[in-house]
Amino acid sequence: MKIMQCPLNGPRNISEFVYGGEVRQMPEPNLCSDEEWAEYVFFHDNQIGLVQEWWLHAPSGYWFIAERHTATDDIVRTFDPSELFKERVEFAPNPEVSAA
Amino acid sequence: MPFSLLKYGLRDDYPFEKDADLPKPTDLKRHYDVVIVGGGGHGVATAYYLAKYHGITNVAILEKGYLGGGNTARNTAVIRSNYLTPEGVKFYTESVKLFKGLSNEFDFNIMYSRRGQLTLAHTDSAIRAFRQRAEINRHFGGDTELIDPQQIRELVPTLNMNPGDLPVLAGLWHKDGATARHDAVAWGYAKGATQRGVELHQLTEVTGFEVENNTVRAVKTNRGTVQCGCVVQAVAGHSSLLAAKAGFRMPILTYPLQAMVTQPVKPFLNPLVSSPALHCYVQQTGRGELVFGGGSDPYPLYNTRSTLDLKESLLAHAVELFPFMANLRLMRQWTGLTDMTSDYSPIMGLSPVDNYYLDAGWGTWGFKATPICGWTMAQLVASGGKVPELIEPFAMERFRSFRQVNEMGATAASH
Ligand SMILES: Cc1cc2nc3c(=O)[nH]c(=O)nc-3n(C[C@H](O)[C@H](O)[C@H](O)COP(=O)(O)OP(=O)(O)OC[C@H]3O[C@@H](n4cnc5c(N)ncnc54)[C@H](O)[C@@H]3O)c2cc1C
Repeated sequence: MKIMQCPLNGPRNISEFVYGGEVRQMPEPNLCSDEEWAEYVFFHDNQIGLVQEWWLHAPSGYWFIAERHTATDDIVRTFDPSELFKERVEFAPNPEVSAA
Repeated sequence: MPFSLLKYGLRDDYPFEKDADLPKPTDLKRHYDVVIVGGGGHGVATAYYLAKYHGITNVAILEKGYLGGGNTARNTAVIRSNYLTPEGVKFYTESVKLFKGLSNEFDFNIMYSRRGQLTLAHTDSAIRAFRQRAEINRHFGGDTELIDPQQIRELVPTLNMNPGDLPVLAGLWHKDGATARHDAVAWGYAKGATQRGVELHQLTEVTGFEVENNTVRAVKTNRGTVQCGCVVQAVAGHSSLLAAKAGFRMPILTYPLQAMVTQPVKPFLNPLVSSPALHCYVQQTGRGELVFGGGSDPYPLYNTRSTLDLKESLLAHAVELFPFMANLRLMRQWTGLTDMTSDYSPIMGLSPVDNYYLDAGWGTWGFKATPICGWTMAQLVASGGKVPELIEPFAMERFRSFRQVNEMGATAASH
């Protein structure tokens, strides 16, 4: 059984985790074009190498980031998202919603 | 004949060259009108139809491994057309039609065997979805109907009607469901293509492209660079890697998919049986082995080393469906790399590069589409980029215009 190091709960069985996609910059949902949004949601790098990914420890509902090699499946490092996101990210309000 | 075998073994040259299925390897030429990357079923089928029906024979198929050694050799050969969307049903129905005539077309037996495919419903919502699929299939001339547990028992007496405590409530019975020898399909197309002048270069890996004015001028390989008129990409699990070399991204993630085969037993199972809820499907080959497979691995990976969790759950579910399978021995188990799109439909047609055509996103379901992919991709190439109507809905652009073709429910665990 493959083991993953959860930054919150320690080493756990890989079946307790859910893959959440590559870590990348989210465009401003209310300011970006439909094309940019589609690019962000549907298109992927999907290359071979060491990548940063979102993972969820499902039983505790905890999201974190893992560095994993997409060919060897080696999980090199896992860490709390606060290492990357130093402060809260604010998005511009949706003009349609706020007008209503 | 032991003596002729001995003579054969001692000869330096390849003795029966005139009877060989494929011509001897040659050097790469300087220029090809069409370069097809990927010598799987889709690539060789495209070459075959280009040569036979469009008279385009200055074509090279570049394959980094060996002919049909990718997913074409690894799939479980389920052929069916009982999809959900009109676009999907129309497209796959054409493929099944071509499949039926393939042995004649090649004068080479691809062992096409029409068995019928039975998909099991364990919940009310599944029954509703099946009813919709049956109606859409019939509308487009398919032979699909909803059947009850009694009819299922008659079709498959050995089936556990309460697998994993999920009662079998109904079934989607698709009479056109079939299977065929996947290697024979690849070899039949390759033989027909090379006989008409197409060159198949195995052990030839595409490492990059020379792109000028948004047009590919040349293809770089581990055996040198060749000039080209246009490029067809048909590399399945490696789609994103090759596209990156041409300079663009795709809406694809690559996941491993596993399958297994047992020792042979007496014939007892005619239809192909699938349970989407249990993520498992089982069929008996003409030789008596049970081939079975399930869902993809839970996260993306470029590795054909199979993971243990999926093996365990697949075995458990197969034994639930047919409990006596617990007494059989496994012969082999393997993995392929599948190029998954989020709507479970392929990506076919134009790309952001002008003379670079896509046949990708075939994920876990592309074997059944091999003939129609070859047919439509050949039309696309021969017309210099006019997209055939049948594959228009599968354009990569659909992800930017939010016009996905959702086949998820009709694909998972049925392939
Ligand atoms: C376990 C499993 C079960 C499946 N079951 C079914 C099923 O029951 N029914 C069904 O319809 N489909 C099924 N599929 C899906 C089906 O196998 C594929 O969609 C189909 O075979 C794709 O064919 P292809 O010719 O595009 O790809 P492939 O046969 O994979 O050919 C692509 C080729 O490209 C080559 N290549 C890659 N990169 C390069 C490069 N840079 N240069 C040169 N060559 C390169 C590879 O070596 C490979 O040979 C299954 C797949 C798997 C893995």
